[in-house]
Amino acid sequence: MEQERGLPGSSLSPRSPSSQPYLSVSVTDPVKLGNGVQAYISYRVITKTNFPEYQGPEKIVIRRYSDFVWLHARLFEKYKGIFIPSLPEKNAVEKFRFSAEFIEMRRQALDIFVNRIASHQELQQSEDLRTFLQAEEETMERLRSHDSGIFKKKPADLMQIFKDVQSKVSDIVLGKEKPVEESNPEYEKLKHYIFELENHLTEAQKHAYRLVKRHRELGQALLDFGKAAKLLGACEEKAVGKGFSELGAKSEMLSNKLQTEAHQLLMNFEEPLKDYVRTVQSIKATIAERANAFRQQCELAETTKLKEINLDKLMLMRSDKAAEAEMEYKELKAASEEATRKFETIVALMHQETIRFQEQKTLDMGLAFHEFAKGQARLASGVADAWRSLLPKLEALSVS
Amino acid sequence: MMDSENQGFEEARLYSSHEEVENLDFKEKLSAKSFSNYRSAMSSLSDAHHPLSSPAVLTPADSDPLRPPPMDRDLQKPYVSDHFFSDPLHFSDVNFGPSDGNNVSDLNGVESPSKSLESSGSLSRSSSSNSEYIKISVSNPQKEQEVSNSLVPGGSSYITYLITTRTNIAEFGGSEFSVRRRFKDVVTLSERLAESYRGFFIPPRPDKSVVEGQVMQKQEFVEQRRVALEKYLRKLAGHPVIRMSDEFKVFLQVQGRLPLPTTTDVASRMIDGAVNLPKQLLSESAMAPQEVVQPAKGGRDLLRLFKELKQSMTNDWGSSKPPIAEEDKEFLEKKEKLCDFEQQLSAVSQQAESLVKTQQDMAETFGELGLTLIKLTKFENEEAVFNCQRVRAADTKNVATAAVKASRLYRELNSQTVKHLDVLHDYLGLMLAVHGAFSERSSALLTEQTLLSDLSSLRSRAEKLEAASSKVFGGDKSRIQKLEQLKESIRTTEDAKNVAMREYKRIKENNRSELERFDRELQADFLSMLKGFVTNQVRYAEKMSEVWGKVAEETSSYSKESS
Repeated sequence: MEQERGLPGSSLSPRSPSSQPYLSVSVTDPVKLGNGVQAYISYRVITKTNFPEYQGPEKIVIRRYSDFVWLHARLFEKYKGIFIPSLPEKNAVEKFRFSAEFIEMRRQALDIFVNRIASHQELQQSEDLRTFLQAEEETMERLRSHDSGIFKKKPADLMQIFKDVQSKVSDIVLGKEKPVEESNPEYEKLKHYIFELENHLTEAQKHAYRLVKRHRELGQALLDFGKAAKLLGACEEKAVGKGFSELGAKSEMLSNKLQTEAHQLLMNFEEPLKDYVRTVQSIKATIAERANAFRQQCELAETTKLKEINLDKLMLMRSDKAAEAEMEYKELKAASEEATRKFETIVALMHQETIRFQEQKTLDMGLAFHEFAKGQARLASGVADAWRSLLPKLEALSVS
Repeated sequence: MMDSENQGFEEARLYSSHEEVENLDFKEKLSAKSFSNYRSAMSSLSDAHHPLSSPAVLTPADSDPLRPPPMDRDLQKPYVSDHFFSDPLHFSDVNFGPSDGNNVSDLNGVESPSKSLESSGSLSRSSSSNSEYIKISVSNPQKEQEVSNSLVPGGSSYITYLITTRTNIAEFGGSEFSVRRRFKDVVTLSERLAESYRGFFIPPRPDKSVVEGQVMQKQEFVEQRRVALEKYLRKLAGHPVIRMSDEFKVFLQVQGRLPLPTTTDVASRMIDGAVNLPKQLLSESAMAPQEVVQPAKGGRDLLRLFKELKQSMTNDWGSSKPPIAEEDKEFLEKKEKLCDFEQQLSAVSQQAESLVKTQQDMAETFGELGLTLIKLTKFENEEAVFNCQRVRAADTKNVATAAVKASRLYRELNSQTVKHLDVLHDYLGLMLAVHGAFSERSSALLTEQTLLSDLSSLRSRAEKLEAASSKVFGGDKSRIQKLEQLKESIRTTEDAKNVAMREYKRIKENNRSELERFDRELQADFLSMLKGFVTNQVRYAEKMSEVWGKVAEETSSYSKESS
């Protein structure tokens, strides 16, 4: 369905010969299962690949939304620094949870989610991805419920980290305090950009959604108008009656066009904008992770230094605690180096990811804009054609 | 609508183009009728005869579509987006349809979009310059002081309006003249017309508004009223019979105070009537024949009111048929059809209002989206680190520009749509006039019925009296006197009945000719409205298709990449 672009080096065109490594996934066939409050939607996930680690050229499994959530959480935990593709929203208003439109939108978003992972140079190597794409349903269920216990805390933690980062950023912006933060002007710029961008995009998405509503409303208005016009046409004989009947019929027909376009607008313009917002939010999560890693690195470095000073003191004093202290110091140093390494990995990854993100978004939005414009043009010319065809009839009526 | 007189005259020209052609068609029919017994003189205008093969089809809507939309406060907001663009979309830049002149003028009867539209449009149907017109504009509201009488110190103030008429109709004895009138004068005019033209579809006058003195002078209220007055007077001028009435002429021409009798208020009429009632009951005085030409309601004759009320109850609930009844089947059918029509028309009008509102909302949302995208564009450009960001910003700007254009197009489409759909409202207003005319007919019938009943009861009393008095030898002086009085009453009542009969016939005829005219005008007006509405939709849809088509093309490379 959606883009299968990847970084140079991972070619993922399904048309290429089997010598080229490929991994393509599709999320299809939503089916409602279960009853009442327990009801949920299940999806067919079809994997086609020639990766050696995978079980075969094709595999089909059944997954539900919470499975996708599991995958996302695992990847987020393991691949810090990478902008993990985002999931569609968790909660939906009860009323719409099973509406055809919502289901389709979610399916589309999940398909995009998995494919983005599959086309990411690093993420596609993930073992968890393999599990997700191949494991038996029972295995999946076990993993899902097991990890949900562990990961239950995560969202809350995440939120806290978010808040910390956000308040720290705003604190800095407001010049309130000097916390343990990187002093990297480029990175500061990026953070500022990301936070601002989210605001702009959210607003744009809001208006896009309103536009969808307007199309629906106009469609309804045309329908009602058409009906009333037809009734008027029926009670008035002669030319005027016919004129109104024709007008009414056309109006009703156009109402359908508008409803169709409203749907297109929702899927091909508003949804990509929402997706863009989600992506930005996932970047914010990564920013939080980086801040976390930085703080850890700093703290460990600090602690290690203190330990070193202490050790030196002990050694000078020829204390018998020195040996113990030295062991502790060595452990701490290793941990500190590990923390530093982790942090630096994140920095490097983020740098790469940012480039990728910007390029990807230009393509994504370009496509969304294209579809938007195409849809509007199609609608407008359809409307013009429909009304135009009415004119000779009206003309004939005037003459008669 | 703008206040400037120029604007007013342009619109007057557009409206009266309809009248001109109407006038030509009706001259023949109406002069044949016996309206000479009316107070207004219908002189023959044989010079101005230009028989047209087809009835008038021009209405303002036809010639109007491309005039720059008026700065209607309700429909437009200040264009904030102008700050962002060096090339604001000007209405004249908008070219309609693939090839301007040719394609559009293929749509027969619809003017091609040229700047000289107004002059060519409005008169293209009339064959020569001998066409008649009355162009009225209302302008220049001014505050004036009531001449204070001794009871009320200081006096109150009121607004007068300048009413300017331009006409080439001979009877008006002038080609251009102006008077100042206040709203009260308009009310008087409408009441006098209602009296003189029973049975005609007289356009309803603008509402009186019961508001306080201060609100009366608020600019918006005055402006609304000015517009309403102008519309009303133009409608009157559009009526082939009423435009020639003395009342109308006097209203438009006579300087100073309006020399038409004003109607006394209901209360004093009732008091007058109550005063006369005892005398009426005691004596045998019958209705004076000349009073019969006016309906009983609103008059001072309470006795007549009671009698007619009684008659109408007898009609409805009595066991015997009324002396005469509405027999014109055709009329009754038409009446029912009109009721149907009115109902449906009202429904369409409501839905039309909804449609206009949603088009308006669409315009707003497109505008907001465009603005948001502009802000995004600026942001990306300012913060750009990578080149792809600038590319994205450029794409975003394209879409934003298109969205703002779409917003303007929807707004313009809407203001045009409103004008076309106004015809619906006009006709709903006209239905009031129709109901009025029909009710005049019923009340005239009722008067005749009442008089017939009166007559028959008087006659039977006379008979009885005669029979009784003949039994008395030598004559019964008092009875004979009474009989004489009765016979006198009978004679008067007979006269009144004859007048009533003639009046009823006259009103019926007015109804009939008006219905014909109504039908004809309706066909013309509505077809023209439909054409205008549809043409409008086509034009704006074409334009929007062009705008978005361009953006789709400019972004088409993205679509190839992903397939």
